[in-house]
Amino acid sequence: MSCCDSIYARALILEHTMTDISTSITPAASPTPGKKRAEVSPPTQSTNLYKAREPIYPKLVHGKFRRIKWIFMAVSLGIYYLLPWLRWDRGPTLPDQAVLLDFAHQRLYIFDLEIWAQEFYYVTGLLIISALLLFLVTALAGRVWCGYACPQTVWTDLMIAVERIWQGDRNARLKLAKSPWSLDKTWRLAGTHVSWLFIGLATGGALVFYFADAPTLFMELVNFEAPAVAYIFIGIFTATTYVLGGLSREQVCTYMCPWPRIQGAMFDADSLLITYRGFRGEPRGPHKKGDTWEGRGDCIDCNQCVVVCPAGIDIRNGAQLECIQCALCIDACDEVMTKVGRPTKLIAYDTYRNLEAEAHGERARIRLIRPRTILYAGLTALVGGLMLFGLSQKTIFEMNVVPDRNPLFVQLSDGSIRNGYEIRLLNKRRETRTFALSVSLPEAKINVVGIDGENPPLTVAPDDLRSIKVYVSVPREKAATLGATTPVTISARDTDDGTETSRETTFKGPER
Amino acid sequence: MADKHEKTVDPHTGTATTGHEWDGIAELNTPLPRWWLWTFYACIIWSVGYWVAYPTWPLVSDYTKGLLGYSERMNVTESLQAVRNSQAKLNDAIVNDSFADIKANPLLLNFAMAGGKVAFGDNCAGCHGRGAQGGLGFPNLNDDSWIWGGSFEQILQTIQYGVRGDHPETRISQMPAFGVDGLLTPSQISDTAEFVLSLSNLPHDSAVAERGKAVFHGDGACASCHGEDGKGNQEVGAPNLTANIWLYGGTKEAIMNQITTGHGGVMPAWSGRLDPATLKKLAIYVHSLGGGQ
Repeated sequence: MSCCDSIYARALILEHTMTDISTSITPAASPTPGKKRAEVSPPTQSTNLYKAREPIYPKLVHGKFRRIKWIFMAVSLGIYYLLPWLRWDRGPTLPDQAVLLDFAHQRLYIFDLEIWAQEFYYVTGLLIISALLLFLVTALAGRVWCGYACPQTVWTDLMIAVERIWQGDRNARLKLAKSPWSLDKTWRLAGTHVSWLFIGLATGGALVFYFADAPTLFMELVNFEAPAVAYIFIGIFTATTYVLGGLSREQVCTYMCPWPRIQGAMFDADSLLITYRGFRGEPRGPHKKGDTWEGRGDCIDCNQCVVVCPAGIDIRNGAQLECIQCALCIDACDEVMTKVGRPTKLIAYDTYRNLEAEAHGERARIRLIRPRTILYAGLTALVGGLMLFGLSQKTIFEMNVVPDRNPLFVQLSDGSIRNGYEIRLLNKRRETRTFALSVSLPEAKINVVGIDGENPPLTVAPDDLRSIKVYVSVPREKAATLGATTPVTISARDTDDGTETSRETTFKGPER
Repeated sequence: MADKHEKTVDPHTGTATTGHEWDGIAELNTPLPRWWLWTFYACIIWSVGYWVAYPTWPLVSDYTKGLLGYSERMNVTESLQAVRNSQAKLNDAIVNDSFADIKANPLLLNFAMAGGKVAFGDNCAGCHGRGAQGGLGFPNLNDDSWIWGGSFEQILQTIQYGVRGDHPETRISQMPAFGVDGLLTPSQISDTAEFVLSLSNLPHDSAVAERGKAVFHGDGACASCHGEDGKGNQEVGAPNLTANIWLYGGTKEAIMNQITTGHGGVMPAWSGRLDPATLKKLAIYVHSLGGGQ
């Protein structure tokens, strides 16, 4: 039962949190002397509720997950920065940019897909699918989005890598931060910040290319001829990338982002989360080469999992809000375990259920398929199927018929009854098309305002919408057989390929 | 209510209390956040600058104008003038081009119809209705039955000079009040009305209509204006009686009433009130309503 599972999981999380607080209140029991948790002062003293951020200097780590993250960073940033430059031939009248959000002409081009403003619900569908996929992966393996794919994580990772180039690894950075101002410190810090700003500039620059022809806009930007809005958005994104990725980093995830708090509702006791397996690690303590491993845990308290953490937490304290599940502590711990000759995976993706079972010397099955994941996967498939169906039914011609409401009908001098309709013809083809109108009423005459002659052929320019006023009249004898309201069908036939599009509407007449 | 007013410092937070205490619960006198206070002062200073620069204080019959000379009303006037200037070319073309030329030019035609629609809503809809559907005594402009003619030029002339108005060139017609003035007897009026019903193929008594026909061509002399066949005469503004389209109603009672009183509505002349371009746009719009000839 998934609902009971999640309650169970929350109870477990709560239990962990309570343990955290109780251990941190008693300083002697604090498992991590390096990292301070909330300090509770005696109530007689005045308390300052503000606590300044403690800078974090993550150490470089090598290993499987770090490699995955480097690859993911390269691929995702590569796509983001280069995609606007990809060309895609759509014929002479349309832009040749593969991905383009053209506000001026209200079109979204994604390769061969062309979405008009009124079809923007496809994008809604895409967002729903993204959200459901996010639910699914979170139920399966916790915050993998946060750990690997979130732009905040990717850009922060990039900023830290750049910082490392200018200032060295953790120890060098710590030392530099403590050292007094000097020429060396100045140019290292300046280099870091200028590089960050440059990354921000490239980020904002790439963003505006999604909204206009990239090569044209690039030349305009260089020659200072681009529209002001382009410069403004580049400025905004340069600033936000610099501030959020370079300066704020983990604070964005901890304090600003709502997603960590929402996803707590999505994992349960069977979700694979990055976990310190206390049953194997405790009791922890320093270990000298040659000492026995009998009667103690595998954790040698080397603190490597703490110093590599970009969120500045100790994973051994259990699940924490700050943890973005980036898996770097797994790499750090595995490296140490290999060195001291113990099995790896002391920190690993594991479930709460297994942790509880292992505490009693048992093993719990990993259950990836369970009601929760089936529901999320099913909903994803459903919405995806609906969208595919919608896309397969996507029309290249649309017609809209709005009958006149004032007056509903007009009686002419020969006794015939006339109704007026506002008809909009939308031609999504890239060529001019001609349409012929017809009405499902016998002997009905069709006239179009502004065009002489009965039922003239109507041409619609490529990629264009044409609005016309149409009068439909029925002769006296026929009109006498119709009631106050007659359901009719107005059709437009494409004279080139014979396809017909119809709309239901009504023909009004006097009460009989 | 508070029963103690002694201001003390709260031992837990180090903040002064207001001295109010309710059942042992004291109220902290927490100072406003510094950033908020400074923002507030900055706003006060800003507002002083605002008084100097912009219109601010109401006086008895005037107000302080401000150094920048800013005026919302002037802005509206200027933007209206800008719109007029941008439309000047199109309006000139509307005034100078013939109706056929305007009709052949989709840009001009759309401009004229859109402008005509707005002008119609502002000036004509009061009598003719929002959809130009008319009403009792107010002609429907959607149909093809015209009292004074439905060509573009005829419509324009009606709009310019009005009907039975005070313009020297106004369209004038006067149907005699046959009953009120004793020109016909009530039974003659009844017979004539029966004949008029028959002209539009409405249910009628043929024998009575025959008697009415004699009055129509004889004592009443209706045919002199409405024509031998009753199809009316646009030159003198005599309506077509065969179209089953009625200005004052198509029942026998309504027709008898009309013969008795000889109603005639009044339409004002618009040529002095609206500029020539608007008049022409109105004519084009009315012509496009479906009945234009």
